[in-house]
Amino acid sequence: MHRDDDPLLYETSRPGLRAAPLPKPEVPVPADAIPAHLRRKAPPLLPEVTEGELARHFVKNSRKNVCVETGFYPLGSCTMKYNPKRHEDFVMSPALFRVHPYQPEEGVQPVLRMLWEMSDFLEELTGFHGVSVHPSAGSHGELTCLMMIRAYHSEHHPERDEILIPDSAHGTNPASVTMCGMKPVNVPSRPDGLLDIQAMKALIGPRTAGAMVTNPNTLGLFERQIHDLADALHAVDAFLFMDGANFNAIVGKARPADFGADCMHINLHKTFTIPHGGGGPGSGPIGYVEKLAPYAPTPVVVKEKGKFRIDWNRPKSIGPVRTFLSSTGATLRSYAYIRTLGAEGVRRIAEGAVLNANYLRVKLRDVLKFPYDRTCMHEFVASGTDLKERTGVKTLDVAKRLLDHGFHPPTVYFPLIVPECLMIEPTETESKATLDAFADALHRIVKEAETDPAVVTTAPHTMPVRRLDEVKAARDLRVRWRPEPAPAG
Amino acid sequence: MPYIPHSAEDVRAMLAAIGVRTVDDLFEDIPKSLRARRKPRLPRPITELELQREAAAAAAKTETFDRMNAFVGAGVYDHFIPAVVQHLAHRVETVTSYTPYQPEASQGNLTFMFEYQTAICELTGMDVSNASMYEGGSACAEACLMAVRVNGKGRRKILVSRGLHPEYLRITETYLRNIKDVVVEEVPLKDGVTDLGALARMADADTIGVLVQTPNFLGIIEDGPAVAAAAKAKGAKLLVCADPISLALLEPPGAWGADIVCGEGQQLASGLAYGGPYFGFFAAKQEYIRQMPGRISGETVDVEGRRGFVLTLGTREQHIRRDRATSNICTNQGLLALRGLVYLAALGPTGLREVAEGCLANAHYAAERIAALPGWSLSFPGKPFFHEFAVDGPLPAERVIASLRRKRILPGVALSRWWKDAPNRLLVAATEVKTRKQIDALAKALASAK
Repeated sequence: MHRDDDPLLYETSRPGLRAAPLPKPEVPVPADAIPAHLRRKAPPLLPEVTEGELARHFVKNSRKNVCVETGFYPLGSCTMKYNPKRHEDFVMSPALFRVHPYQPEEGVQPVLRMLWEMSDFLEELTGFHGVSVHPSAGSHGELTCLMMIRAYHSEHHPERDEILIPDSAHGTNPASVTMCGMKPVNVPSRPDGLLDIQAMKALIGPRTAGAMVTNPNTLGLFERQIHDLADALHAVDAFLFMDGANFNAIVGKARPADFGADCMHINLHKTFTIPHGGGGPGSGPIGYVEKLAPYAPTPVVVKEKGKFRIDWNRPKSIGPVRTFLSSTGATLRSYAYIRTLGAEGVRRIAEGAVLNANYLRVKLRDVLKFPYDRTCMHEFVASGTDLKERTGVKTLDVAKRLLDHGFHPPTVYFPLIVPECLMIEPTETESKATLDAFADALHRIVKEAETDPAVVTTAPHTMPVRRLDEVKAARDLRVRWRPEPAPAG
Repeated sequence: MPYIPHSAEDVRAMLAAIGVRTVDDLFEDIPKSLRARRKPRLPRPITELELQREAAAAAAKTETFDRMNAFVGAGVYDHFIPAVVQHLAHRVETVTSYTPYQPEASQGNLTFMFEYQTAICELTGMDVSNASMYEGGSACAEACLMAVRVNGKGRRKILVSRGLHPEYLRITETYLRNIKDVVVEEVPLKDGVTDLGALARMADADTIGVLVQTPNFLGIIEDGPAVAAAAKAKGAKLLVCADPISLALLEPPGAWGADIVCGEGQQLASGLAYGGPYFGFFAAKQEYIRQMPGRISGETVDVEGRRGFVLTLGTREQHIRRDRATSNICTNQGLLALRGLVYLAALGPTGLREVAEGCLANAHYAAERIAALPGWSLSFPGKPFFHEFAVDGPLPAERVIASLRRKRILPGVALSRWWKDAPNRLLVAATEVKTRKQIDALAKALASAK
């Protein structure tokens, strides 16, 4: 990979250049339409470059990213699998892309039908009474579910404001609880990595609104006793939210509504392959039981006499959590996926993911320590404590060194309950040969750590930059470009 | 399932290595009672060719903006998108990469975020920007939550102008309902703009912030400095929801005292896309940066002193701070923000001004033509507007829309949906993409609507 100090687009900018000129308006531009005191005095500083320069900048810089299509990207809990091209073309169809959320419903029946069918497919796959395709991302869906639980309790038990969360949970769980005006109650996991159901039951009290459980959990283990917890919560009219981040491990094989869950979110990116886009867009549909249905967000698509329309009239709804129905283009990428896979194909997502994860786990047994050495679901965690003690090489160093060996590192230092943690999720779209090569690379890195630790602790050596000073970034905050001051005189 | 690269031999070898007989053995941890009892009922799988046929059939049955002469806006606008946006923003390296947790392997995305943040700061006149929010409505709600963190001590009221997009208002209410001791109050409109007298009466020592949109939902440019003065007089923070294209011509809110500026980024090359994905932009004064939600790219150096970029101030975020994070947001709208950056860079300051002037010219021409029709008038004559305006006609707006639809014209949005007392009021948007001929056709059709 080339390594040079490429300028920012702003630094190549020269006045008067431009890539995309506009035609002159055919009607006069009114001179005094905007009152003088509201008129802009100085133009915004935006790059001024030709189209060729623009192309070179974005192409050159984009090549500094590691991505799924250039290599294995086993980022645990993030599910970086292959994203089919056909979905990209599908959502650019004029029927989906050249339509406006406020145009008459009669003229946009096909897109409404697809969104309605998408809810239907997800209801079938999760077993829930209803599915809303409204929320914008997984964490947004999670927040929406909590709002629904809160709305139910406001009506029935206004004093309930506590949510039980195991310590292996994603950070979004407690953050969503706080955003919803409730309090997270942290519950330690058992030594075997599973929920401590007894401890959780013991914590259920008069202020318990519900619990949030990830299943399979963030260690890649299936919570076998989830239904017992659900029963205990239901006995006191509290709810079980299932964090559906890891639905890709069980889709087509098991339905979360059968676990006793009352609501869940689904990260369409993870299970149903929306590309992550370097940080979105995602889409985070939610499923819910009948008891919570009145509180589901508006708007919703309804079907009446063979026609689809948008319904806002839900008196008990929490209301909207985003503008318009859905992140349509993101949601319908997954629609295309489900349509092309069918029932059998959907089930093979989970089977492929679990097969790959277990194969890689076994291949790495003699390289890393496994705090929970047992059959896993779609991902597993390993610990680098042993390596650190022996060689001084930390998990972070291993992660950076993997980049030199041509692989994106796994998620590191999460879940928080495993020291020097590596969380590895291969996904179903990787071949045995790729997994073998990754295992070999980790073997080689461990050898390096034993014989030449410096090469690992100073990695990466082959990326466009070496290790970056994150402390400086936070201390000497520079979060926008500014022009050099003009030389004096 | 065409995406799993396992041959039968591979599967056999992998199962043997694991030490199980079948793939199903790996699912033993799921108790029998919790397994699906039947195969999911989904439509039969279709091939890519069939999927393409479905998309084509759907397009044939849809009133797309390519086929209709459309003046529908109300928060989502049809703007020109140069070809470079699709070609440069949608390279696989940006589309198929994750949030840049490993900065050395993500310098492309982090560089683009940094450039995007710069462009947003420039447009809004603010010091700092994050890397994007979901869309305009939840960005407004998050701006209110941030205002509570910044200025909520001893204060409990958020004032929201009724000129805010009605969906944004409801989203804000949804988010704030659960925040203890904080209430949202609506400031009424007078002649289509925020009633400054009412605002002055409502703003008091209990007011956390004032949220105003400009141009507002009715298309009218608010007197921002006057709103700012009323808010600041009582120590309230000023939150502004802005249209990014209009900022080529309008004094940026940062220049008249805004503390947080946010809004819908759809206008910056997201396309219409039936509601999304779009992105929300979010900028603030430097002093509040530690209370911002979302990702921020910051400049630093590597061990050899070379410039590079990292995600910074992560201690605000959910993956570090958990229940004390500024927001639960993690995935945002990276790819859409990147489209916005490519768009802004392709236009430059001159091009963006030309887009805005095209909007201003077309909207004013359309308003003039419609107001001259018998039975039609501007709802708020004399009020300054940018690319959208309200008109009152002789018939219910819903009927006008149904009538013109038959002529392949979409004349706008019926405001009766949100203002029951104005059944004949139509919100009409005309951006730079409209031609004179299309606007003349609209006027002609309105004249004969029945």
